[in-house]
Amino acid sequence: MKLELRGITKRFGAMVANDKVSLTVQPGEIHCLLGENGAGKSTLMNVLYGLYQADEGEILLDDEVQKFAGPGEAMAAGIGMVHQHFMLIPVFTVAENVILGHEPTKFGGVLDLKQARDKVRELSNRFGFDIDPDAIVGELPVGVQQRVEIIKALISDAKVLVFDEPTAVLTPQETDELMAIMKQLRQAGHAIVFITHKLREVKEVADRITVLRLGKVVGEAKPTDTAEQLASMMVGRAVDLDVNKGAPKLGKKAFVVEGLNAWNEAGTQVLFDVSLDVHEGEILVIAGVQGNGQTELTEVILGAHARTTGKVSLDDQDLLGKSIKQILDLGLGFVPEDRTQDGLVGEFTIAENLILDRSDRKPFAKGPSIQPKVVREFAQEKLKQYDIRAQSIDSTAKQLSGGNQQKVVLARELSRDLRLLVASQPTRGLDVGSIEFVHDQIIAARDSGIPVVIVATELDEATQLGDRIAVMYRGKIVGIVPADTPRTVLGQMMAGVA
Amino acid sequence: MRQSRKASITMLALAVFSFVLWAMAPATATTIKVATDSDIIKLPDFNVSPMLVSAISAIVMLGVALFVGWLAVKKNRKAPRWAIVLFGLAFVVQALVLLFSGKTMTISDLLRGSLVLAVPLIFGSMAGVLSERVGVVNIAIEGQLLAGAFTSALIASITHSLWLGLVGALIAGAAVSWILAVFSIKYVVDQIIVGVVLNVLVIGLTSFFFSTVMQANQSVFNSPPRFDSIAIPLLSQIPVLGPMLFTQTAIVYLMYVALAAVYFFMFKTRWGLRVRAVGEYPLAADTVGIKVYRTRYISVVIGGALAGLGGAAFTLGSVGAFGDKMTNGAGYIALAALIFGRWNPILAALAGLLFGFAQNLQYVLTAVGSPVPSELLLMLPYALTVVAVAGLVGKVTGPASAGKPYIKS
Repeated sequence: MKLELRGITKRFGAMVANDKVSLTVQPGEIHCLLGENGAGKSTLMNVLYGLYQADEGEILLDDEVQKFAGPGEAMAAGIGMVHQHFMLIPVFTVAENVILGHEPTKFGGVLDLKQARDKVRELSNRFGFDIDPDAIVGELPVGVQQRVEIIKALISDAKVLVFDEPTAVLTPQETDELMAIMKQLRQAGHAIVFITHKLREVKEVADRITVLRLGKVVGEAKPTDTAEQLASMMVGRAVDLDVNKGAPKLGKKAFVVEGLNAWNEAGTQVLFDVSLDVHEGEILVIAGVQGNGQTELTEVILGAHARTTGKVSLDDQDLLGKSIKQILDLGLGFVPEDRTQDGLVGEFTIAENLILDRSDRKPFAKGPSIQPKVVREFAQEKLKQYDIRAQSIDSTAKQLSGGNQQKVVLARELSRDLRLLVASQPTRGLDVGSIEFVHDQIIAARDSGIPVVIVATELDEATQLGDRIAVMYRGKIVGIVPADTPRTVLGQMMAGVA
Repeated sequence: MRQSRKASITMLALAVFSFVLWAMAPATATTIKVATDSDIIKLPDFNVSPMLVSAISAIVMLGVALFVGWLAVKKNRKAPRWAIVLFGLAFVVQALVLLFSGKTMTISDLLRGSLVLAVPLIFGSMAGVLSERVGVVNIAIEGQLLAGAFTSALIASITHSLWLGLVGALIAGAAVSWILAVFSIKYVVDQIIVGVVLNVLVIGLTSFFFSTVMQANQSVFNSPPRFDSIAIPLLSQIPVLGPMLFTQTAIVYLMYVALAAVYFFMFKTRWGLRVRAVGEYPLAADTVGIKVYRTRYISVVIGGALAGLGGAAFTLGSVGAFGDKMTNGAGYIALAALIFGRWNPILAALAGLLFGFAQNLQYVLTAVGSPVPSELLLMLPYALTVVAVAGLVGKVTGPASAGKPYIKS
């Protein structure tokens, strides 16, 4: 089935999310939709899927104009979607999830789960998925859940398949497997739309590439174009994708973790005998698929985790058992993985967020009272220094874009006298420009002689930023390797194979 | 790990308490009357010694507590369900035998009364299941029960028809839940607040009309007919269970049907799957073309109608007239039963039965003249509930999106 979008415009209030976007996808073709966060890719696909109604333009399937009042109609017309955030009910079984919305029934509306199971098995076998139809979805690994999403789209006989940022949650191995599946689907004659901002994947599977920027189509690109060319189209200016960093000037071993075990609130052990060390002037990247203990490890370092055994020390001072405040005072800079949740107070202004950690001490406070003048001057200075794009220092944090929010967090954390910087997925969800900036700041911190620990879930970031890479899997350190270790080896380590 | 240890510590404490009761047990025997006149097989009455029963119970409880503790520490496993049931049973038997020491305990009365008192709770918990499974927290069960009680009494009095009274109860309950639905689904008001406000509103309205209309003219507006007990042939003659389950009013039989239907629809049909999907993850349901708002309205309103029937059980099923604020918190107990029963209609009904039993026990004990002060007895069911839920059941998770409005972008 051929899919054509003609002049789609979608506005949210004054904001134009899609501006006369046109796109054609042929059957048996993988068409990449490339663009940064906020370029309007997801909006466009939600219009296609009937979740949003376009203000202008039309959708055509095999040259016939379609009108979708809701996702149900889009599905019925043959459009299937593999959502970035899986649209699966965690407590339901695979079979129940897959039939939801078009359930086969027996007499009197009774669910025919047997038919559902058979269909899941058949599709699962055809694509080599190996999925048990009776498994509870929430208990399956993320990669398998995604296959359930794919089966869900295929079972309703979708001819046009949309993959919305499908690799964001996958290990490198799983990503490779997904690419293979997409090629298989292309072979079977499906028209595939692949939304992503990862250039490597685009170059591997795309037949054609359409680049979106700020809601507009900026042009088509070829899979043979270089990564730099694609990135420049995405961003609208020349970009340097390489991280510029010199050889590390190592000082003494400053941060040491030895035999660290930790348990969560439910009493399950989450860290097993973790040992690592970081020298002054060195970046150690903790690589791994999300949810393998990295969050807990950073929480232990911060002092936010109570049930631990082992040893964590900074400059020969033991950190375990100390309060968060004491640890921060020893010189820890901490960039949490969820900046909106843990890094900032959304309702507070930029100025207030910038002094959250030192609101009780000089020069920002005198006795019990905050010194507004000092706070404002400090904020003005940081705004300039970190190029935070905001209307003023009185804008609230939640009005900022993700990149600018992260700059506020970095500005706050880096403006103390640091002895250790811990940053968890510091570039998650940021645009290419902000990523460059954040990377530069981290490298500057390292070059100033601070030991740095970065948690990264993307291999590219891990290899570019790290001087050494520690791979975590299921709460254990699988190994600590040099940054020039081949991707395949790292990928296997992340999957717990090696 | 911590949960299972907590359970065993709770159990140990109760087991020690049980030993204390054993030490204090009176020597006078308890007579247990099992048979009723209509039974097919007549079981004889028998006497038991509170000392002996206490001893057995205390030892069983200690044994179970130690076993659960051993499982927790050595195997890091949770207490198995049979152990919790056995433990509870031992405790209840001991308590009963002690409380009825020197008196006659008529099992069939105890059980039959329990079910009668549980009927509104079970209807209420079904309303809770239908509402919360689809993602709307229903604090307003109390208001739905009260509205059903009032309306059924009024309409049955005027029309002299029990069945029209029931229809009135259905509509009244549905109306209250419809308001809940509109405010929580359409106007996205906090569901807890709407629920509480609705309860207060219904109390106010019924109290007002009770004092201005009903009391002024009792014979016309507040003297509805009452459902008679119908003994179902054969089934009602089963010893012990027969009189409890099958010598009841039409409302109770209606409840059986409703319970089976709610369970069946919720877990076996297309409609139920969609209801549960909406209650767990409305956006996912929306993306497969399920109408989230409509599903929510329908399920909440049907639930309210069932709660209305539960209200009618107060007036047309037992008392025979409406009384001011007569539901007396039953809606909140139904809510507790819902959570205790993990949002499963059958388990919630069993929990409701347990609460009904505790309430009835207090009536029966007062009637036979137990030496324990009735105020203390009144407290017993709720104290036991707290112990049971906090110590033994532990954390239960309800439908993921309950209480969260779904806002379509």
